[in-house]
Amino acid sequence: MSTNRPITHIRSRTAVLAHENIDTDRIIPARFLTTTQRDGLGRYAFNDWRYAADGTPDPAFELNKTAARGCEILVAGRNFGCGSSREHAPWALLDFGLRAVLSSEIADIFRNNALKNGLLAVVLSESEHRYLLANPGIELAIDVAAQTIELSDGGRFSFQLDAFAKHCLLAGVDQLGFLLAHNDAIGQFERQRGEAA
Amino acid sequence: MAARTLFEKLWDAHVVKAATPATPGILYIDLHLIHEVTSPQAFAELRARGLSVRCPERTLATLDHSTPTAPFDDLGQPVYASEEAAAQVGELEKNCAQFGIRLNGWSSEHRGIVHVIGPELGATQPGMTIVCGDSHTSTHGAFGALAFGIGTTEVGHVLATQCLLQNKPKTLAIEVDGDLPAGCSAKDLVLHIIGQIGVNGGTGHVIEYRGGAIRALSMEQRMTVCNMAIEAGARAGLIAPDEVTYDYLRGRPYAPQGEDWDKAVAGWNTLASDAGARYDRTVHIDAARVRPTVTYGTHPGMVVALEASVPLPATLQERRALDYMRVEAGKPLAGMAVDVVFVGSCTNSRISDLRDAADVLRGRRLASGVRMLVVPGSLAIKREAEREGLDQVFRAAGAEWREPGCSMCIAMNGDLAQPGQLVVSTSNRNFEGRQGPGARTVLASPAVAAASAVAGCIADPQSLLQEQAA
Repeated sequence: MSTNRPITHIRSRTAVLAHENIDTDRIIPARFLTTTQRDGLGRYAFNDWRYAADGTPDPAFELNKTAARGCEILVAGRNFGCGSSREHAPWALLDFGLRAVLSSEIADIFRNNALKNGLLAVVLSESEHRYLLANPGIELAIDVAAQTIELSDGGRFSFQLDAFAKHCLLAGVDQLGFLLAHNDAIGQFERQRGEAA
Repeated sequence: MAARTLFEKLWDAHVVKAATPATPGILYIDLHLIHEVTSPQAFAELRARGLSVRCPERTLATLDHSTPTAPFDDLGQPVYASEEAAAQVGELEKNCAQFGIRLNGWSSEHRGIVHVIGPELGATQPGMTIVCGDSHTSTHGAFGALAFGIGTTEVGHVLATQCLLQNKPKTLAIEVDGDLPAGCSAKDLVLHIIGQIGVNGGTGHVIEYRGGAIRALSMEQRMTVCNMAIEAGARAGLIAPDEVTYDYLRGRPYAPQGEDWDKAVAGWNTLASDAGARYDRTVHIDAARVRPTVTYGTHPGMVVALEASVPLPATLQERRALDYMRVEAGKPLAGMAVDVVFVGSCTNSRISDLRDAADVLRGRRLASGVRMLVVPGSLAIKREAEREGLDQVFRAAGAEWREPGCSMCIAMNGDLAQPGQLVVSTSNRNFEGRQGPGARTVLASPAVAAASAVAGCIADPQSLLQEQAA
């Protein structure tokens, strides 16, 4: 957790899950949260969609299709990651092999958790989002530093990314180190409040 | 100073270092609540870096998510659903002991759901910043505290530094005026609100609930309303503190006492939005229009009044949700057959919720084939309910009276519904599979849940309550 792999470029075909409001219980059902580890959760990603009741992969599920194999970029319907604060959701997606999630809206806590773990969570405009939903499997080249996405058909999108999150992604550093470096300021804040009370 | 909202006052009072164009702000956290599910990896990180917990005294732990709610075994021991669940609880016990954190564990009279015991102990107070690795931390906003859910990485940040890196959210005022009709609860109100603004209506915002209908709510009702702010996608829900808040807190174990209390109240009285303070958005809700309300789909924004017909699906997505729920559009949900009824969760497991359910059940039996679990939010609530004889009402009706915990709200402790079963649940999420793979969830108030248990189908409690009164 102290250092992540630097994320500078992601190049991959897309897999599409067009459903809106894909919640964190869809991403990883709560019954798999009894672990005390953060590794190895990819096998539970989208568990109840991915597998039939008898445990065999459901061939109708998008990410089980041959075309989705090896895709590192997920294009998901609006309001992806809504629901709980479980960081197991981005852990599971990363371990599953995803490196970026693109949607027109991403829930706050999920987005925050994703970026802290080196899973690039990108919010696109409605029209860009519609285009990617309609073109599953298109090849994208994401440039984190430039905040651009180049489409294999010649299109090009740009996206917003919080400056600090971007710095951490590019440098592969986590945010705790930054907080710890402010130990003196935190101590001063505590003393001032103590005096005021 | 310019007029400020309640949120801005809370935020400003906790900024250790303001945001810059390159870095987020550093926000100080007054109270950090932890539980067994979202903390182990954070403690592992502290160990890996050789860090200690900066403020153990600002950290409070409980067991709730993975913990069994079934009666203890003959040796008085909890019976876990799996070895992994037991190991997870053991890990929290070990971590709390090693890092000097108060744990309301199995032997504590204060154990219970994290968002129930914080307020119950008076640990939750106006003016605080409160976080927990749990999205329903928004509950504590009912006290005029800025309270929100965080991920496990951030749990580690707070343990190590008592701070979080935060970008300032926007503000959304929800003005609720008019009188909530008799027979309508805070749950009906908040389901109605989410139906109005949508499950992403609050994304990026902190909600402040305002207006006469909010002021008229009890503290427990306010907690129900703030609890579900996250179901509208909001970072947090807030209600300014007032006499209702102070009456609830006075004398609780961690609340200020004596002179300290008076001083604290004087400070808390400044925690209201100033006249003329500006919100990024404002929504108006007429409480008089609220009816007993339930969900009919697979997210908490798909709501319908019990008396109204389920709307026709407008999208493929909504059609899929109706198919999953086996709900027919154009007809009311009332009358739909019920398999399981769950009264509990951080939304509706407090004593007033249990009283609401018991009032409907008193002298009645569950319909044949219906299973009902009543899971108090804390051991203190369980004891109080037993003093009032509510447990006898539930048992006599044929319901299971359980130990406190999150139970079937999140269904990770073995309390879960079978595939295809319909659950009328007082919890907060009706996502597909939330209460067990293939389980179908209808969110409702405790009174509607109890009435549905008696009727064997989704039912309005009004006729039952009128019979009781007659």
